[in-house]
Amino acid sequence: MDLVTVLDIVIGGLLLGGIYALIAMGLSLQYGVARVLNVSHGEFIMLGAFATWVLYTTLDVNPLISLVIVGPVIFIIGFLLHKTFFRHLLTSKPVLGEVIMLGILISWAIYELLKVTNTGNPLIAIFIGIPVAIALDFILHKNLFKRIGVSPPSQSAYEGSSLLATFGFLYIIQNIAIITWSSSSKGYSFLASPVNLGGAIFASNRLVTLGFAVVIGLAFYIFLARTRMGKAIRAAAQDPSAAELMGVNINQVLAICFGFGALMAGLAGVLYSMCFSIQATMGLGFTVIAIIVVVLGGLGSIPGSFLGGFILGIIGQIVTYFEPSLSLAAYYLIFIVLLLARPKGIFGK
Amino acid sequence: MPILEGEGVTKYFGGLAAVLDVDFHVNQGEVAGLIGPNGAGKTTLFNLISASLVPRPGTIKFKGVNITGKKPHQICRMGIARTFQTVKVFANMPAFQNVLAGSFFGTAAGVSPSEATRGVTEALEFVGLSEIALTPARDLTLANQKRLEVARALATKPELLLLDELMAGLNAVEVSEAMELVKKIRDQGITIVMVEHVMKAIMGVCDRIMVLHHGEKIAEGTPQEIANSEKVIEVYLGEQVDA
Amino acid sequence: MNINRITSNKAFSPVIIGVIAVLLATLPLYIGGYTPILLTSIYMYIILAVSWSMFSGPTGYMSLATAAFFGVGIYTAAFLGNTVPLPVFMIAGGLASSIVALLVGALTLRLRGIYFAIFTFGLVLLIAQLLMFWELHVTGTRGRFVVVLDYNTIYYAMFVIVAVLMLTAYLLRRSRWGLALQSIGENEEAAAHTGINTTMVKVINYALSAFFIGAAGATIATRWTYIDPVIAFHPLFSFLPVLMAIFGGMGRLSGPVIGAIIFAYLQEILITRFSELYMLIFGIILIIAILYLPNGLVGLIQRTWIHLSGGQRANT
Repeated sequence: MDLVTVLDIVIGGLLLGGIYALIAMGLSLQYGVARVLNVSHGEFIMLGAFATWVLYTTLDVNPLISLVIVGPVIFIIGFLLHKTFFRHLLTSKPVLGEVIMLGILISWAIYELLKVTNTGNPLIAIFIGIPVAIALDFILHKNLFKRIGVSPPSQSAYEGSSLLATFGFLYIIQNIAIITWSSSSKGYSFLASPVNLGGAIFASNRLVTLGFAVVIGLAFYIFLARTRMGKAIRAAAQDPSAAELMGVNINQVLAICFGFGALMAGLAGVLYSMCFSIQATMGLGFTVIAIIVVVLGGLGSIPGSFLGGFILGIIGQIVTYFEPSLSLAAYYLIFIVLLLARPKGIFGK
Repeated sequence: MPILEGEGVTKYFGGLAAVLDVDFHVNQGEVAGLIGPNGAGKTTLFNLISASLVPRPGTIKFKGVNITGKKPHQICRMGIARTFQTVKVFANMPAFQNVLAGSFFGTAAGVSPSEATRGVTEALEFVGLSEIALTPARDLTLANQKRLEVARALATKPELLLLDELMAGLNAVEVSEAMELVKKIRDQGITIVMVEHVMKAIMGVCDRIMVLHHGEKIAEGTPQEIANSEKVIEVYLGEQVDA
Repeated sequence: MNINRITSNKAFSPVIIGVIAVLLATLPLYIGGYTPILLTSIYMYIILAVSWSMFSGPTGYMSLATAAFFGVGIYTAAFLGNTVPLPVFMIAGGLASSIVALLVGALTLRLRGIYFAIFTFGLVLLIAQLLMFWELHVTGTRGRFVVVLDYNTIYYAMFVIVAVLMLTAYLLRRSRWGLALQSIGENEEAAAHTGINTTMVKVINYALSAFFIGAAGATIATRWTYIDPVIAFHPLFSFLPVLMAIFGGMGRLSGPVIGAIIFAYLQEILITRFSELYMLIFGIILIIAILYLPNGLVGLIQRTWIHLSGGQRANT
């Protein structure tokens, strides 16, 4: 194997690794602090990628600019998801999210009913449905649930039900994407001009992507280590009740963490779309990889996820060189060895 | 031959030795106490004996057999049972089922359903919980939950019973009742090792006491000897002593 | 051997169940057309939901590998279906899945639950990829054809699996192994110190639950005629049984059954009306189910009943 090939593999591996590092850090934050194993994590990557594609192909928006546009939007989506659904799972008070859910279902039911009587107007259905949903929701909480003892769940019950909720999100998001964009591959060309590095030729978008991935990762790490919010997050990760006693607004922090997790995924998606083709079904594979990286780095360790991402990326690139369809199998092999020898990973506690 | 022996038992957590080079022995039929200030390593030692943790280095022998490195369920079937500092009953199961698990799985040989049921009834009667056999464990008072744990442990037909802070959280009346229970168990011929902070219980029930401090054994002897030992008094100065 | 003397379920007395079982067993003899086909699908989902909850219910370990076991069963039929009779490849499918479950269990069930969940989560993708690699490089084919069987035969086979599964699940619950499983779910450390070999109990039970999933997969494959890794290994089959079991409620054996029936029927209706949207709607329903019915539909009904009749009963 000559030097050019080695360089090819190394740069390719670092690129992949950078993306893996970002998505793993995001997942690690969500699991480590908010205690949610978000199996829909990959879908946020997909959303970031598709948003960039749409913006570039329809509005000619530079993908690097998309980073700044898509990022905050996905952050807000993640933030709100936590504030509504996962907050509810933690407590049992009525919350916006479930009202919306109930509203959708009731509106649809009313719509179907109205269709039978030939006045099927979706708007009417929604106007009736939402108030009914709100009223029903409050009544259910005030009367039925309080009296028959629906109480806040234990830690493991919460982890289980939040996992299942994210399973639900996975299907909702993925299917909306398939309906909107079909399941075929999409792509665009950006910064494809070649660059010569020591004899190996790379598209400049790869190098730019790699650079941005590393910069974002480091920026995030510094944010966690140095800023006030970062400290609050780390405190909440170690001991939520103690953090609360120290004046940390736990509810806010958990939602912010979830939002940041989604943000990292979204940004990774933007970067990924610059170099590779994208599909509406691409999410699941990324989620699995992110999980393996998080375990490799150590559950709950952000630096571990960062490092683990690069390790896995390089290994993946090496395996892909010899046999592209076996990369996931290689990752799982590493996973198995890890579980046998050192489940807590590199930096795990 | 002592029923339980430990030689050079050591356990490190990171760089810190929770238990350091402790030799101990417990004679058959006696009630041995294990005391020491907070952080002395008592519960760690318990966890080492009951196989929750593995000593490294060190060996532990039960009835002359080396049990170092065995799994908790194996230890249980060999005849060592334990209760827990934070009560670990099977909360959503009735008291009866809690003890039944011990009866079925904790004994050395296989057990028929009728034998198991009989064992449960006996154990519940022994600890005084026959009335509430059908109540879910989570609905019991703390004192009763502790009794339930003892019943579950007794159902495994142990020769050695490890009681981890049985008195913790009990009021004065409940402490006396617990002490009576301990004596009753001893009268059955079961060897007992108890970790305690409640001095009244330790002094009132134990035949021998071992004192740990910073993971090392600093004293050993009868309650009288321990009460008068200068070393022990020094170690406990400044500590809350429930007498 | 009645260990569990606390609750007795008069609504499902053996006589009624026996009658229903006989009726269902002989159904194709007097009802033809679409009904046996619909029922076969319902049986499939009942098997998936009940098998899943047989392990994940009492132990609290969430298995997301149902789709993987199902796919293994399907592929066993694809490999063997043309050479051996149905009962043989049905059992072979079950055994193959059990072996996978044994391996996965031995590896991950001695660790914390989260490792188990995430390992099983990716399993469906992993096995699919391995099979794709195999087909591409070793056999040079893409997908396989499965032997075609008539619908009535498939009906009877699936019914047999359901019947054996329900019997097994019922006996398991009332046996000492069911007690061991429940103890592990309540407090694994205490269970170990009470003499229960927790790892072995978990692994064996997991393999047992996987057997039925694999057997069902092998049987239903004959309805699809053409199989490739993408068709056989679909994550939806990890997700739907969980939804059905949770929606129906995992406290009683009837919970997953009711959940499976409701959702299988719902799926039939939705697929014909909104073929693209039905997965989306299922996602929404799952979220609602999680939010509102942590103890499932059956649990809700049970507690409302208790509340209305003014009493408190111990539950197991």
